[in-house]
Amino acid sequence: MRTTVTRLYRFSASHRLHISQLNEDENTRLYGKCNNPFGHGHNYVLEVTAEGPVDSQTGLAIRLSELDRLVDEQVLRLFRDRNINLDVPQFRNIVPTTENIAAVITELLQQNWATYISGAATLRRVHVQETDRNGFEVWVPSDAAKRGRQSERIKVAV
Amino acid sequence: MFITRKAEFSASHVCRLPSLDEEANRRLFGSGANPNGHGHNYVVEVTVEGEPDPVTGMIMDLKDLKQILEEEVVEPMDHRFLNHEVQPFDRIVPTTENVAAEIWGRMEKRLRNPDARLFRVRLFETADLYVDVMRDGSST
Repeated sequence: MRTTVTRLYRFSASHRLHISQLNEDENTRLYGKCNNPFGHGHNYVLEVTAEGPVDSQTGLAIRLSELDRLVDEQVLRLFRDRNINLDVPQFRNIVPTTENIAAVITELLQQNWATYISGAATLRRVHVQETDRNGFEVWVPSDAAKRGRQSERIKVAV
Repeated sequence: MFITRKAEFSASHVCRLPSLDEEANRRLFGSGANPNGHGHNYVVEVTVEGEPDPVTGMIMDLKDLKQILEEEVVEPMDHRFLNHEVQPFDRIVPTTENVAAEIWGRMEKRLRNPDARLFRVRLFETADLYVDVMRDGSST
């Protein structure tokens, strides 16, 4: 029997989808309204899934206070009420599509996981919901997570 | 193919270990350790895996799944104080993980048809926290 624990977090942020390699027309064709020069915002919902053995004494697979602190200090503080293009250093050179946001958050969580999480639980999944209708998901293979390797595939669900 | 049935129950619980002092319980379980307990509207989703029967077009009769959920989960747990009224939570802490595992055990024992096997139990303690219990080797 396997057990995973999923916690939801919410943050609001703005972004603009634009790449400098393309001209104005091409950017508009590619990104549509998301290319609006002044940007726009979303209420993002972040789901973080951890997998681990359930401790026989405490009944816990992960200590939620540790997960909350990790997500708060390493992710939400960077993104919450920010302009992602201008305020989040990871997006200086990459376009803040939700695919990239999910990938960056996965990296941030993996890099800092061992510092915050005391038990055996590992990161398995990061899901970022941009609106009610757009969700983007990164799956972290369990053995790769143990070796600290980056996630291998990104699934996009619309 | 998978089929999922949902049910809800409201119950109270307290997450504390008698072997630990107040401070250690607070560190481990946060405000969930409040001695007199607190409640949730739990939502449980039970997913069964199988292939649709060629004649009926159904993996299993959803009425049966609803009935089993009612008998094994809703009836015994709804409007109860889990620690005091629902075994085994007189002996183990009713964390979301443990309640989900208990529901898995109760459902699995009733879903013995190899063509309609229990695949996953998902238990929402709140809208922002859920636990999945799955069979070993399952990929999702």
